[in-house]
Amino acid sequence: MSLLNIQRRMARAVMTPLTPAERMRATAPDGRSLRKVAADIIKPNDRLTSFERLEIYNRQYWFRVLSAFAEDFPGLRAVLGERKFDAAAKAYINDCPSTSFTLRNLGSKLEAWLRKNPKWAGSRQELALDMVRLEWADIDAFDGKAEPALKSEDLAGADPETLRLQLQPYIHLLDLHYPVDDLLLEVKKDDEDTDFASNAFNERHKQKRVRAVAQLKPSTIFLAVHRVDDSVYFRRLEREEFLILKELRAGKTLSRAVDSALRKSSIAPDDRPAQIQNWFQTWSTLGWFCRTGMPGKK
Amino acid sequence: MPANRFNGFTDYGVGIGLRAPHYHHILTKKPAVDWFEIISENFMIDGGRPLHILDQILEQYRVVQHGVSMYFGSAEKPNREHLRRLKELVKRTKTPWLSDHLCWGSVDGRYTHDLLPMPYTFEAARITAQKVREVRDFLETPVVVENVSSYAEFHVSEMTEWEFLNEVVERADCGILLDVNNIYVSSKNHSFDPFTYVNSVPADRVAQIHIAGHSKFKKYILDTHDHPVIDPVWKLYERAIERVGHTATLLEWDDSIPSFQEVHDEALKANKFLASASLATAV
Repeated sequence: MSLLNIQRRMARAVMTPLTPAERMRATAPDGRSLRKVAADIIKPNDRLTSFERLEIYNRQYWFRVLSAFAEDFPGLRAVLGERKFDAAAKAYINDCPSTSFTLRNLGSKLEAWLRKNPKWAGSRQELALDMVRLEWADIDAFDGKAEPALKSEDLAGADPETLRLQLQPYIHLLDLHYPVDDLLLEVKKDDEDTDFASNAFNERHKQKRVRAVAQLKPSTIFLAVHRVDDSVYFRRLEREEFLILKELRAGKTLSRAVDSALRKSSIAPDDRPAQIQNWFQTWSTLGWFCRTGMPGKK
Repeated sequence: MPANRFNGFTDYGVGIGLRAPHYHHILTKKPAVDWFEIISENFMIDGGRPLHILDQILEQYRVVQHGVSMYFGSAEKPNREHLRRLKELVKRTKTPWLSDHLCWGSVDGRYTHDLLPMPYTFEAARITAQKVREVRDFLETPVVVENVSSYAEFHVSEMTEWEFLNEVVERADCGILLDVNNIYVSSKNHSFDPFTYVNSVPADRVAQIHIAGHSKFKKYILDTHDHPVIDPVWKLYERAIERVGHTATLLEWDDSIPSFQEVHDEALKANKFLASASLATAV
């Protein structure tokens, strides 16, 4: 048997979902006998059968990827509840196994997968999807690329009609149906508090979390997930503010981005110049624009 | 043998793995540590806190890169994106050598994120050695391969694990990261004498040694890196040092990580053996 053939057979077995009791299945869902796969490639020893030796790797695989997934999506876990989250995690990883050298990217396809497989998103699908989008943005903003920030002198003599400002690559702009930022912050704080707490304390916190999810009412929010001093923050944005940033990211000129964003705005025309100036001031202070792409800048 | 071409002719002593729970202690207390080993994949990113921490560490300490997903033994070609990012990191750390495991873990582009054991065949040795050479040539840095702990053996194997290791490193002309805890774990799981393994390794190719703790179950031992080093592993280490001389040594502690001081103190126990080796060389 060639190296490639052995590796294909073993990897398929290792990545086959476990039984509900977290043991290796005798038969894979596609009908393959994992007992036969094990017997064909793995030697038994005086303590373990071929099947039991292969099972060690099968269990290690699932424990590792499920633990990484749970660490990345505590908010989704709060939204779905433990049992549904575990089931969704197993189904997702089975459908979308890692194709990256790093587990950091394990959840990169989760939003698309949940949209295609809404039965795993629980009874409040919009809420689950919002949370997944926010949690992925959180992961990506944490270690995303940062370009040198634009300085005010870089803009000297720039013409808004032709000026194209580039947003830092690590910034994510999200339009959400629920205020999931508040919920995620609460979940993370709870996780920190309960790390070393008693079971009774943890149980009270779990119930508090269930109530927080149940009480969460729909409310459209616009969010920038960004970084300051290496920490990720969620910043609520005004609708027009969000739209300007979206248009700039799409490559529109400054002038067109502002025009497009304010087309259906309820902000009084007289108030707009000051408002826009104020937003730009904030974005610049936060270093959201890059020098890259500016005329004459690398 | 304080230095050789496989560890960039360095003479590093005892180091520990750089782990997130210790960042604050290291950056604020600045403890005297000979060197840190980093998990390359944790820093093969585009920006943010991990790289800033690494840069601060690099200002004050010597760092060596250790990888967990190059999978030299996978039948498929190296992942170009992985190599590109790894090379960027090598430029940043200026690691004198770089290690990864003699194992496989991905096939057809799917990753298990585990260190899966090799079938010890000549075909596997040839493919693995070729990949080690490709990676080394691309990175332009000495590459050393580490023996892994294993829980399974293959029917098709044509040689012992240590014969396979020797076959690969000779074909690739590369160094060895000898993990004496992994040898101990595998010796229990596969019923061989761990000293036979240590005595069979080409001493002149050993660039670095790993020590670690593990977990014992009823029918097998699991390499968990969550305990102190046990005496039988120290004995293996002592024998390895007798054979290869004073060699860069690293304690791995990856789970249930105790305080920085506890990890460092455990690692520094290796100095007793290294001192004897230095004395023997001097005599």
